[in-house]
Amino acid sequence: MTERSVGTSTGTSDDDIDPLATSDPDYWHLRESYTFDRNVIAEIRRAANTGIYRIRGWGAKRRMPTLDDLVFLGASMSRYPLEGYREACGTDVVIGEDRAERPVHLRIPVTIAGMSFGSLSAQAKEALGRGASAAGTSTTTGDGGMTAEEREHSSVLVYQYLPSRYGMNPDDLRAADAIEVVVGQGAKPGGGGMLLGQKITERVAEMRTLPTGIDQRSACRHPDWTGPDDLEIKIGELREITDWQVPIYVKVGAARPYYDTALAVKAGADAVVVDGMQGGTAATQDVFIEHVGIPTIAAIPEAVRALRELGVHRREVKLIAAGGVRSGADVAKALALGADAASIGTAALIAIGDNDPAYESEYRELGTSAGYWEDFQSGTDPAGITTQDPELSARVDPELAGRRLANYLQVLTIETQILARANGKSHVLNLEPEDLAALTVEAAAMAKVPLAGTSWVPGAD
Amino acid sequence: MRGDVQTFDLAEVTRRSLNQALHDATDGASFEVVNPRGAHAVACGITSDIDVVVRGSVGYYCAGMHQQGRVRVEGNASTGLAENIMSGEVHITGNATMSAGATGCGGLLVVGGNSGARCGISMKGVDIVVGGNVGHMSAFMAQAGNLVVCGDAAADLGDSIYEAQIFVRGDVESLGADCVEKEVRPEHLDTLGRLLAAAGAAAGGADPGDFRRYGSARRLYNFTIDDVDALAAEAAVEREVAGR
Repeated sequence: MTERSVGTSTGTSDDDIDPLATSDPDYWHLRESYTFDRNVIAEIRRAANTGIYRIRGWGAKRRMPTLDDLVFLGASMSRYPLEGYREACGTDVVIGEDRAERPVHLRIPVTIAGMSFGSLSAQAKEALGRGASAAGTSTTTGDGGMTAEEREHSSVLVYQYLPSRYGMNPDDLRAADAIEVVVGQGAKPGGGGMLLGQKITERVAEMRTLPTGIDQRSACRHPDWTGPDDLEIKIGELREITDWQVPIYVKVGAARPYYDTALAVKAGADAVVVDGMQGGTAATQDVFIEHVGIPTIAAIPEAVRALRELGVHRREVKLIAAGGVRSGADVAKALALGADAASIGTAALIAIGDNDPAYESEYRELGTSAGYWEDFQSGTDPAGITTQDPELSARVDPELAGRRLANYLQVLTIETQILARANGKSHVLNLEPEDLAALTVEAAAMAKVPLAGTSWVPGAD
Repeated sequence: MRGDVQTFDLAEVTRRSLNQALHDATDGASFEVVNPRGAHAVACGITSDIDVVVRGSVGYYCAGMHQQGRVRVEGNASTGLAENIMSGEVHITGNATMSAGATGCGGLLVVGGNSGARCGISMKGVDIVVGGNVGHMSAFMAQAGNLVVCGDAAADLGDSIYEAQIFVRGDVESLGADCVEKEVRPEHLDTLGRLLAAAGAAAGGADPGDFRRYGSARRLYNFTIDDVDALAAEAAVEREVAGR
């Protein structure tokens, strides 16, 4: 092909042609390898150039079974729907009333997942706090400790107790409304946090007692306990130090949710947070994000099975499901499968401005595009969210971004109510697996609900 | 000990009532705990300038997250003694098992006997003096503070250490990744002298001059990232120049 006139008729130069997208028959012989597609080739070339594994943010991008593979059946002859604007549909959730002096009361069944100051700018953390507080739900600290800003702007703040113990301070522990012992997270069950040198500014370094500018790799295992028997003792210590005031959650990445949930209950948790593999991260090895853990749709029913068998489901121990939750449909399906609340991280960041098309020219300069931005580890986020750069982070107006998040949370809640009412439920927590059908055999097997139009649950006795 | 001593017999009262009393105490109060019988989380979360003496051995997390005052244990302690200590002093006459002083941010921990594996793991500013030996992986990922070992240190001492300093008088079985021996300078002798004095009898009269110092080689602080593309571009330029 010496004469490349393809595309010139539309005024496109040769350089802009996507050979696989063109309608020109000259290119029809090209066949992209399914095994070695261009993304794979780019990664092999990148690895060969640098000698270091790929590190990125966001969560798993691969295709996998999701809550989209489920549908609600809605009302019919034998099920009566509720009137949307006339009949109540409760959305409140209470956590820890069995053991804590001050249980957590949430107005909505959606919480904001743990994200650290350090991985996020102070403005982004403040925006999350403002939005969640306006909507009546909780935010969560992350690796690196609690900032005064996030405490001030979060009416309900969950304090993460992490393997690294960066910034771990008993005064902050006591100032929290709940404590979340982090065993793992969905993006990387079995992996520790990462914060690369570009983001270890003086304030971040001081909070974490680290030298500025180092490529920090957090511990993946707690330094003073190993296994569920130890965790029970650790939870006892946390309760003693906080005088049994606040609930204690245990967060696990979705790995073995049946056993992990049972062991968390045995260890004395008031809530178990199960984070599916779609769950996001600020920075982790790509190989971890894409290849470790199981999808949220598969994790929730297993966690619920453990809670039911122990007689604590929807009673003493609450289940918070996370990982790829985007819409009221996802929330409602998670609740129908048996979760008491859903938690959002990536979606909350998008709500406050992550991947904003308004910064497209800057994304292009960084070799990416709005909608693809995932290099949270780089500290160069044009939207000013996953950065410590003062100029970039100043782009986030905490009040307006918080308002966006509050709006988004309101939509999630109303959508959840719409689906609950359609299934005749006067409280979103009355949703049940019986309200669901699966569109794929995989989803039916994982969610343990019948394949649509059948009574077949693959794997059921 | 100052003032009247209030005694808690853990054979008679609950750990909860003990810890609540310690949390409610005002500066200057003194407490004695008898019959601890290996109870966990004894005297944890103290926030005022008080004195507590525990007569007997304790379980996990004794004096955990200690913030002020002094806790003295006359016996042995299990995992996580004085974990995340912020300031104040914790002194134990016997042995401490794993993760003593883990993630401690400040204050002083003195272990009269030996300390097990991962002593001072992820320490963030605490000073730890161990009269005897320490187990493997001690000062693992240690970020700040001083670990003084009057006896020997087991394998992989100071693995992945950041800016903490380790002083060992006896033998070191092996150093962990990125941990190297460093010169003992006058300021280190001052630090040692101060910490050994603070440890009192637990240090057994050790001389600062008998210790060797270990710390981070700082080779793991940043990723090593190659750039073969840049080398290839340079080589191409050289070929072009040579070809002219």
